Amino acid sequence: MEGAWVALALTLKVALWATALNGVLGVAIGYAMARWRFPGREVLDAVFTLPMVMPPTVLGYYLLVLIGSHSPIGAWLIQHLGIRLIFTWQGAVIAATVVAFPLVFKGARAAFETVDAQLEQAARTLGIHELGVFFRVSLPLAWRGILAGLLLAFARALGEFGATLMVAGSIPGRTQTLSIAVYEAVQAGQDDVANFLVGLTSITCIAVLLSAGRLVPGRVAPRDA
Amino acid sequence: MQRLLAIWLAAFLGLPAHAADLTVSAAASLTNAFKDLAPLFEAAHPGTKVLYNFGASGALLQQMDKGAPVDVFASADQETMDQAQGKGLVQAAQRRNFVSNTLVVIVPNTATHVPKSVADLTQPAYQRIAIGLPASVPVGRYTKGVLEAGGQWAAIEPKMVGANNVRQALDYVARAEVDAAFVYATDAALMPDKVKVALTVPTATPVLYPIAPLAASPNAALAARFVEFVASAPAQAVLARYGFGKP
Repeated sequence: MEGAWVALALTLKVALWATALNGVLGVAIGYAMARWRFPGREVLDAVFTLPMVMPPTVLGYYLLVLIGSHSPIGAWLIQHLGIRLIFTWQGAVIAATVVAFPLVFKGARAAFETVDAQLEQAARTLGIHELGVFFRVSLPLAWRGILAGLLLAFARALGEFGATLMVAGSIPGRTQTLSIAVYEAVQAGQDDVANFLVGLTSITCIAVLLSAGRLVPGRVAPRDA
Repeated sequence: MQRLLAIWLAAFLGLPAHAADLTVSAAASLTNAFKDLAPLFEAAHPGTKVLYNFGASGALLQQMDKGAPVDVFASADQETMDQAQGKGLVQAAQRRNFVSNTLVVIVPNTATHVPKSVADLTQPAYQRIAIGLPASVPVGRYTKGVLEAGGQWAAIEPKMVGANNVRQALDYVARAEVDAAFVYATDAALMPDKVKVALTVPTATPVLYPIAPLAASPNAALAARFVEFVASAPAQAVLARYGFGKP
């Protein structure tokens, strides 16, 4: 059962990284989409939301083609930085980030749209720089909505399976997350291992949801994805 | 209203299965050859439809053990079939070996390093080696057996990228995401433009594929006929075309 704790630690590491990356990317893009008007904005919004509705295996395939060692990006990374993304935990982070991205992006955009633009303009008339307006006015006012999105993204990243399996494979101790370990234990007929892993996963998810409820009372929407 | 509901229910639940639907759970390595066998069997048995469920033999065994409605089971190794027989899942009396295969090491066509022996794989030039998960994938079990006997398992296991079935290991090499993989000769032959066989690996126990009808099959007679059919001359010709040997 020692392997189960390794898988749990890896799962938490991947989910935390994915959430942190989305905290920057999702919030920045959510803000941009809420504040800037440009042609094709809603089309772009749909593209950014795609990972929420597309099968994870499709995303996994896109990623495999996009960052695999045959791809221009993958080949460049290997040649210049010596980084391989396929079959590494970093690859798992990228998969989880893409899959959970819409949850942060959508939440952030909605949160920023509810912020009264007059407050931001008032700050500008007081001579505050754009960046200052964002960090001292918009972000604090939108914070609760963003946090709710981040917690949902964390929960989604914890449970990621399809895209992760395709991009990161299943290497015990290195890329084998809890959900993949469960799949493999069931395939191999190791029901006792599967039972333990399933219990551990359930407890982890309940703990995440409970702490989410504490952090943002009344603001965590039920997961209906 | 009631008629609408009845139609809707029928559509949802599916019409009663055709009396002559034959479900065959077969090892992933048999995928292409077995797909070619279906029309032959269906032509010889009008009204019959052969449905396939391909996967790692170990995973197929777990499905059947949990009650999957399967009529025929074809495994890539004796051990998985032995387990199925031990659980009373298959008709032991009608079990037979129908093809043989060979274990090989493949590398991407673009690879600069090509191993000349299994021991070469312990060198640092080989960072990732795809091997079927020994717990559920027969090709992984054969590989582990060979490497343990040769004393290389401890050196190679840390480089192992586990594959859920043999075709996944093949795909990893075809995409050049691993430096080498252990697969069957018949798998390697499917992608000559992407992978090349570096060496043939002799196994302690020969790679023999057993097939047997399920004990719980409701189509026992048809299942038995399918088992006989794969050993027949026309079926063996198809299997030979994909590189499978005589048992």
